Amino acid sequence: MAIRERLSGNEAVAYAIKQVNPDVMPAFPITPSTEIPQYVANYIANGEIDTEFIHVESEHSAMSATIGASAAGARAITATSSCGMALMWEELYVAASNRLPIVLALVNRALSGPININADHSDSMGARDSGWIQIYAESNQEVYDNFIQAFPIAEDKRVHLPVMVCQDGFITSHGVENILLVEDDRVKSFVGEYEPEHYLLNPEEKMAVGPYAVSNYYMETKRAQRQAMIQARAVILETAARFEEMTGRKYGFFEEYQMEDAEYAVVIIGSAAGTCKAAINEIRNTTGKKVGLIKIRVFRPFPEEEIARALSGVKAAAIMDRSEMFSATSGPLGAEVRAALYQARSEVEVVNYFYGLGGRDITVSDFKVVYENLETIARTHVVTGMYEYIGLRSEQSEEV
Amino acid sequence: MKDTIEIRWHGRGGQGAKTAALLLADVAFKTGKYVQGFPEYGPERMGAPITAYNRISSNPITVHSNIYEPDYVVVVDESLLESIDVTKGLNPKGAVIVNSTHSREEIADKLHGYEGAVYTVDAKAISIKALGKNYPNSPMLAATVAVSKVMEKEEFLKEMKASFHHKFAKKPEVIDGNMMALELAFAQAE
Repeated sequence: MAIRERLSGNEAVAYAIKQVNPDVMPAFPITPSTEIPQYVANYIANGEIDTEFIHVESEHSAMSATIGASAAGARAITATSSCGMALMWEELYVAASNRLPIVLALVNRALSGPININADHSDSMGARDSGWIQIYAESNQEVYDNFIQAFPIAEDKRVHLPVMVCQDGFITSHGVENILLVEDDRVKSFVGEYEPEHYLLNPEEKMAVGPYAVSNYYMETKRAQRQAMIQARAVILETAARFEEMTGRKYGFFEEYQMEDAEYAVVIIGSAAGTCKAAINEIRNTTGKKVGLIKIRVFRPFPEEEIARALSGVKAAAIMDRSEMFSATSGPLGAEVRAALYQARSEVEVVNYFYGLGGRDITVSDFKVVYENLETIARTHVVTGMYEYIGLRSEQSEEV
Repeated sequence: MKDTIEIRWHGRGGQGAKTAALLLADVAFKTGKYVQGFPEYGPERMGAPITAYNRISSNPITVHSNIYEPDYVVVVDESLLESIDVTKGLNPKGAVIVNSTHSREEIADKLHGYEGAVYTVDAKAISIKALGKNYPNSPMLAATVAVSKVMEKEEFLKEMKASFHHKFAKKPEVIDGNMMALELAFAQAE
């Protein structure tokens, strides 16, 4: 039987960490992820877990120590946000290219400047090319579930890649919601004992981690990372199936909400998907209009063909980005979905929205406007440009 | 009663409005509800205006936005009435509950023409009487439950008592005072 609880997103992740009892957690505090190492430190101080907590002097050191521990053969994790992850930048690539199955609890927060502590995806989206698997959550329940699933994915012999488990800063990290927890023993057996294949502390197998690679070797290393990311696809789905057997909660690359007969779709990542669902229920109940949602859970690897297929029946889709990439055209999700649709020779009309930057709120009414706009686009076949904004004050800025 | 009750808290940093919202979520959760309790963070400093929110429902809640059309508004610090339109968007069939020594009529004059019910609770006097200190958030929490009727009084007091026993396990002498603060505020708001 599941345990009925109410927890914030940070509490939920810390609780999952307690259940997994990883070997090592180096961490450095930064809002809004600070509570995670704080709660874990409490668990350790109370003798509830025997994780070795390493106090470090920066996030660069936090990720370096996590890499060191993981390379040595330990199950190693850390947590961070925003500028903290920016300071880990170099190390993110080191973790992925050395194929270390680290799990990072990322509480998404805007990057400076102007300095801002609230939710957007600029931190993780900036790291989308670093070679990490990225899994996003709508709710506290999902971030808990994703965090537990991250270990078997990262540590699978077909994968050996680090996983970033993302949730929206404050919105879920500090919001208390109902949650169903899995019993300790079931989490432990789901995650299993970590048995590293190759590791530095193995006296039987002498090895080096992170040596220089000349041009003669570097490219094959990158190809191997790509292969791991391709293989991660099956492992992510297998892990989700196993998780569903345990909990009844279903996960995939993305969630399709009311998409069966949808004519107008929103594609979005994170907590705002829940607000969009409320808008969908209201629109369907009051007008009968066929509106739906695709909520991306796994952004790396990117489920290109599946998304194109899921959107194949709609007339128009709004791809919604909670971060900038300053291409002067699409945002990161917009560009990926457009590429997927092009490759599938899709004729779906697409509009790319920017929303929620630096914690700007997005409401049920905002989503109603988005769906109205999609209807207009489907009718007129006029998309005014590569991108639009929702929730931006200046009228002029909505022009391309 | 509509399916989801939405409550907006106005307070100043350090007064416990966020804690009160989380406590309300907690106690409503214990009575079997689906809940949300979340703060809206601006610059974090003592004394700065802060907002916190609750959604309480019999069904799962997926909305993750702030609350713009609340059913109830709770004002933990009366001085905020000068600078913030606390009843903005407030349901006229709902109510505003203000921590104040003033009468309902006096407070109503400051509410930009809000037509719904106005309640005042002297949370400071209650807290000082019951606890010897000014902790306005527990009395305001009790008043909010009394006015919004999100749960029965007995249920609320029972769950709060259990919470206090847990929270104050190391100083049980303050439990009675806290319970008294809740009862006094409940009576004043009813």
